[in-house]
Amino acid sequence: MAMTDAHPTGIRSWLTTVDHKRIAIMYFVVGFAFLLVAGFEGQLIRLQLAAPGRDFLDPDLYNQLFTMHGTTMVFFAGMPLVVAFFNFVVPLQIGARDVAFPRLNAFSFWVFLFGGLFLYASIPLRAMPDGGWFAYMPLTNPEYSPGPGIDFYVLSLLISGVGSIAGGLNFLVTILNMRAPGMTFMRMPLFTWMALIVSALILLAFPPFTVGLIFMLFDRSFGTHFFDAAAGADPVLWQHLFWVFGHPEVYILILPAFGIVSDVIPTYSRKILFGYPVVVFSGVLIAFLGFGVWVHHMFSVGLGPVVNAVFGGATMLIAIPTGIKIFNWIATMWGGRLRFRTAMLYAVGLVATFTIGGLSGVMHSSPPADLQQTDTYFVVAHFHYVLIGGTVFGLFCGFYYWFPKATGRMLHEGLGKAHFWLTFIALNVTFFPMHFSGLLGMPRRTYTYAEGLGLDIFNLISTIGAFVFTLSFVPLVWNLWRTWRRGEAAGHNPWDASTLEWTTASPPPHYNFAEIPTVDRRDPLLHPYIEPESRGEGDEPGGAVPRRQPDEPPEPVVMPNPSYWPLVLAAGMLLMTIGALGSLGLTLFGLFVTAVGLFAWAFEPPFGEEAH
Amino acid sequence: MLFLGVLVSQGCGGEYPQSTLHPSSDSAALIDQLFDQIFWWAVGVFVVVGGILTYVFVRFRERPGDGRPKQVHGHLLLEVGWTLAPALILVAIAIPTIRAIFIIDRSTPDPEALVIEVIGKQWWWEFRYPELGIVTANEAHVPLGRTVDLRLRSADVMHSFWVPRLAGKRDLVPGIENQLWFRPDSVGVFHGQCAEFCGTAHALMGMRLIVDEPEDFERWARLNAEPASTPADAEARAGQGVFMANACVSCHAVRGTPAEGQFGPDLTHFGSRLTIASGVLENTPENLARWLDSTQHVKPGNPMPEVVLSDAQIRQLVAYLGSLR
Repeated sequence: MAMTDAHPTGIRSWLTTVDHKRIAIMYFVVGFAFLLVAGFEGQLIRLQLAAPGRDFLDPDLYNQLFTMHGTTMVFFAGMPLVVAFFNFVVPLQIGARDVAFPRLNAFSFWVFLFGGLFLYASIPLRAMPDGGWFAYMPLTNPEYSPGPGIDFYVLSLLISGVGSIAGGLNFLVTILNMRAPGMTFMRMPLFTWMALIVSALILLAFPPFTVGLIFMLFDRSFGTHFFDAAAGADPVLWQHLFWVFGHPEVYILILPAFGIVSDVIPTYSRKILFGYPVVVFSGVLIAFLGFGVWVHHMFSVGLGPVVNAVFGGATMLIAIPTGIKIFNWIATMWGGRLRFRTAMLYAVGLVATFTIGGLSGVMHSSPPADLQQTDTYFVVAHFHYVLIGGTVFGLFCGFYYWFPKATGRMLHEGLGKAHFWLTFIALNVTFFPMHFSGLLGMPRRTYTYAEGLGLDIFNLISTIGAFVFTLSFVPLVWNLWRTWRRGEAAGHNPWDASTLEWTTASPPPHYNFAEIPTVDRRDPLLHPYIEPESRGEGDEPGGAVPRRQPDEPPEPVVMPNPSYWPLVLAAGMLLMTIGALGSLGLTLFGLFVTAVGLFAWAFEPPFGEEAH
Repeated sequence: MLFLGVLVSQGCGGEYPQSTLHPSSDSAALIDQLFDQIFWWAVGVFVVVGGILTYVFVRFRERPGDGRPKQVHGHLLLEVGWTLAPALILVAIAIPTIRAIFIIDRSTPDPEALVIEVIGKQWWWEFRYPELGIVTANEAHVPLGRTVDLRLRSADVMHSFWVPRLAGKRDLVPGIENQLWFRPDSVGVFHGQCAEFCGTAHALMGMRLIVDEPEDFERWARLNAEPASTPADAEARAGQGVFMANACVSCHAVRGTPAEGQFGPDLTHFGSRLTIASGVLENTPENLARWLDSTQHVKPGNPMPEVVLSDAQIRQLVAYLGSLR
């Protein structure tokens, strides 16, 4: 993924970079590595469950693996991959040269990376957390979980959460303040819209979780009683704090995928998005309702009929804006000229599989029905349809769509399609049978199951599907290798797409746009082609956006300086985190490094170097 | 896949002893009916959406010579339509849902209900019948046709009580007493297990609920309210000696003997139980010997220490525990 402009290369330039495109690539590479690791953990889980009574994994290792699988997938694969797309795409889509706070952006990345590495340091130290990604109290208090395992969970999520909140803030400010002249809210591309919404979600959802983690840290380290029933506290408080974050987190992971698909489907249908304002506001509505449904993870806790009825009803409401999106995507394709390139296959694959996940979601929005489904493989089936069929398909869709823009090379279509079909088959073979194993009585998080429950065949099929998943990475890796060796050049706009990122070179120069464009409509690049009879208001051909940016900036461009201080600051926080495992001295040293990083950052001039 | 689904729904409950789709109580049947309704709505929606998608893929695939498509910004009536249609379906789901919530999530209206206290512990279940003076573990007998009113508590971490053919889940929360009720409608042995992750042996925290004819239940209750009988044959008597002389007594109670431990399951009528180690093994002499010999292998992580016993001692213990009927 070489940068072809005159920007410096070499390790140092990556350690100090504040360029959103390079940070995006780092987020992507690290997030993808964690995806592979967590996928491998899932594969091990499936091997253990291939038949009843296997002892391939002992129960403690199994519990550690499903904890690591879930925690990694959500926090260290899903989120960073989403943020990788925010980083690469958002500034380009809004016609900006970088994000609002480039150094903060670099800091977010480093602190996420350190959080992930810290979590995985628990493996060589033989102290993997084993309380599930949800870490319910009191199982995770020191009485029932002695040893540092849960501390690795708490501390890694605390530190990486700092990066997530900083990132949310950064993109919120970027999208609000740095849009090109003329790009009003209702002219923003859908992916940017969803990035805006998700940034707000991150800012609102992470604080309660952070509070919960700090309570847990205090209960574990200092003997406080935030969740201790024996001292008169209510351990269910942790569940509330966790899920009031945990449910919006689902939308943090899915709305960006919806945004990607909302940009990709029009491109490969040669149509503008059907019902743009409706698609935008249904996204806003999903995010808003997402804060009022967390108790649907807790219907079996026994909070009473009124609470369950209210939260069940609110959960059902979410099906409405989600359905609206699906219908608008279909209407966009209706009457179009569909080109089934790999990205489009992933987009329509999302529409189909997310519909299945959404419908099983409606089944457990009904609290009585959920009392049979919660904590069973039915729910495992549901959220893997949503998170793979939704988030992962959306991310792969975006990957195939923007890869030529990021690298300047075209991926091979045949290998891409093979990749799609393998993941599509793997998803359905692995997770569809889990609907049955769940309804037939198989609880989640069980390292084995008894013979004679009628679960054997469904589990065996799921395990076979997991192997197909592993296999599905072969064409992807082959494709990357092939493209790296001899991929054809992409050009500015290989897909004939309509948004600003396709006006600049592939890969874009580090200043993105030689001239900041002035936008006077949605889909600025599509409109000259619209037949006169189907033009709406403001759809006259022409417009101020050039189809190609000039090769050289007509005026000197001032870009932010590279800086070591975000890395130093993040390293200081990592030292504090390691110290929190039991070394006050290391914590104080980390605090010192953090302070040095902060001050040096504050007094460092942000600009100086001129690009040309 | 649909074929598999049909297969499952055709099979009888016996092949799927832990199935949510083969209810055997009023409460489980209510949930199953509700699930059926929602399921068929979902199938309907999927067929419609899937059908339209397939049509779109075939009909609007790009063909050589196609011109530029007509651009459409939106359509108010369509938008209103596909907002209202799902909303109406959700109303159709919400009405029976709320009705069911206010039946299931309330305490039982039946004053004649049989109250059983259920205490979840890592990793087994204690059942106490306050009216009958019975304490037992991992297996509860209940009479056919009488409402069962469970009072659920936890001795340590979160657990969840789940016997799918009889009722939906209810969590056991430290510091709180939860309730769950159902009225069984057929006799049989119903499988259940803990459904909230509770640590190492969570997967092996099983239980059986046995629904008896009322007169069988009466007999069981009378027997189980009594203290243990003194074993008749010599080997069992020797086993009693081994039991009392070893660490067994510090955790297990056998009413009517000096063994009064409270930490582990009450063994007063162990011999009449169907399973060992909360549903892990069938209660046979061979399995019991295996369990006594290597508890950590049978149920890794369980708090019962591996007491070193000779083969003869194990034989005697097996005879003694088997005699506790």
